[in-house]
Amino acid sequence: MKKTGTPRPRGERGPLASVALHTTLLIASAIAVLPPLWLLVTSFKPQSEAFSTALVKDFTLGNYDHVLNDTKFLHWVANSLFVVGLTTVIGVFISATTGYAVSRFKFPGMRPLMWLLLITQMFPVAVLIVPLYNLLASMELLNQPLGLVLTYLTIAVPFCAWMMKGYFDTIPVEIDEAGRVDGLNPFGTFWRLILPLAKPGLAVTGFYSFITGWAEVAYASAFMTGEENLTLAGGLQTFVNQYTSDWGSLTAAAVIVAVPAAVIFGFVQRHLVSGLTAGATKS
Amino acid sequence: MAVESGPRVAGAADARDGVRGRAPRAGKNPGRLRRALSTHWYAWAMVAPVVTVIGVIVGYPLVRGLYLSTTDANEANVERTIGVNHIPATYESVGLDNYRAILDDGVFWDRLTWTVIWTVSCVALSFALGLVLANMLNRKLRGRSFYRMALILPWAVPAFVSVFTWRLLFNEKKGVLNKILEGGGIDAVPWLNDPTWAKLSVITVNVWLGVPFMLVAMLGGLQSIPAELYEAAEMDGANAWQRFRHITLPGLRPVATTVVLISAIWTFNMFPVIFLLTRGGPGDATEILVTYAYRLSFVVSPRDFAGSAAWGVLILVLLSLFAVVYRRALRKQGEVW
Repeated sequence: MKKTGTPRPRGERGPLASVALHTTLLIASAIAVLPPLWLLVTSFKPQSEAFSTALVKDFTLGNYDHVLNDTKFLHWVANSLFVVGLTTVIGVFISATTGYAVSRFKFPGMRPLMWLLLITQMFPVAVLIVPLYNLLASMELLNQPLGLVLTYLTIAVPFCAWMMKGYFDTIPVEIDEAGRVDGLNPFGTFWRLILPLAKPGLAVTGFYSFITGWAEVAYASAFMTGEENLTLAGGLQTFVNQYTSDWGSLTAAAVIVAVPAAVIFGFVQRHLVSGLTAGATKS
Repeated sequence: MAVESGPRVAGAADARDGVRGRAPRAGKNPGRLRRALSTHWYAWAMVAPVVTVIGVIVGYPLVRGLYLSTTDANEANVERTIGVNHIPATYESVGLDNYRAILDDGVFWDRLTWTVIWTVSCVALSFALGLVLANMLNRKLRGRSFYRMALILPWAVPAFVSVFTWRLLFNEKKGVLNKILEGGGIDAVPWLNDPTWAKLSVITVNVWLGVPFMLVAMLGGLQSIPAELYEAAEMDGANAWQRFRHITLPGLRPVATTVVLISAIWTFNMFPVIFLLTRGGPGDATEILVTYAYRLSFVVSPRDFAGSAAWGVLILVLLSLFAVVYRRALRKQGEVW
């Protein structure tokens, strides 16, 4: 770290420290980046060379072509988008109203509600999965995207509400009061004043719901069967299982899945820090 | 559930009301329920959707799960429809036999031990790495945003995609890792096919996945520590380590405690990494409690719904205990939350 002795301006470090810092960060970055990068590289190799250590020798888009045209991949994308999109919209909206109520009003039942939200986050998949399976079966929602949406809300909503509460806590109450003085009712205050101010928080929450649904495996594997109905997480498993190992298709599909997620992440990550820590420090 | 407790505490809550609405004045002699309703109706209206959602799709299944765990339900005796024939359920209550059987059986304790090892090592490692990296990034640095983007990437890629990637790297005969080792004259390592290596591999992958979350949270925490504190400490002659020890660490406490709690719970329940990387194998070496319960109800034949539900309930009890103890420990140290 910083050596004492020779006076050095504040916040500057010696050349040795700089080198050490950059080396460590470079190694860490390499470890973080290489696996996804390798995935990208492999997706451009012909199926037969999927495991060669060499960089791309015969560049090919064959894997992508195969995945897009000969498999149900696009079906899965559509299923996932539908499920995840709906989960995000519903999840963000209802968790925002709850977060606001919990943040601004002291009302009977608030503490139990907070506890409920906290505890629901810890529910293991294992307790709920069988009863949910039965419940969805009796409602004939098995193999239906809607069933998965309902299920994902259980995962997304508690955490999002908790996070939104933290975010609303950082918005001064005076703004609400000003709105009330000007004659807005509580819903109006929420809708016209606070919600627009809470956009970063909403973005983070929406992103969280999106990622949760996009990457969920357990429920999707259990509730959706038949190639037509799978979502991405389930669909990709069919490329590599004990019977087949079509790594070429898997990598191509994985790249197509990862890119939109990573792009959205890029947009949101600026707000991610503020949203997360607001939720953490104020909860 | 939340609403029922209303009337009893309504009076006390009124006094504490921060922003209170223009409560429509109810008629003469309003009952307590009436008064509470008129004061709090919009707060309740706003939380109603979440309460309903949680009640229907968490509450009901939970109660049902509790009930199932005291029966002998399995694939062969639950209500089902085969073709046009509807077969009614024939399972019956067996009291606490399921729990007794699980607790007497070594499998549960084996899985529990491994789950605890898995949770503690994953959380500790990713927390430590996240903290170190966040400290490195939280200073003037050329290429800072590049490093940040690179280090966050594992979080940006959906977890199941990353897990498949790691399977590709870990492949015993043809994977890149073993090819590289071979180049260095080292024998192939059975990354996912040997119990010990498989455990190390799943922990590695999970830490790889978990560090970015820690990093981002810690960075946020670091940025919320006022710079004046460091300046003052420097004026007083505190060296780098002392500043870290006495300013950074205490300053990070609020963020760190929440993040550790959340990530411990997530890791404890981390289904996709184990399920997709090893399917709990080889044997059941890497099976954590959650994946084992899943295996009972969806993989083994006949599917043991009751056993799985009982496992689930035990997992929930363990987690609740953990959360309560953790919170109590925090409160003892003067943490408000």
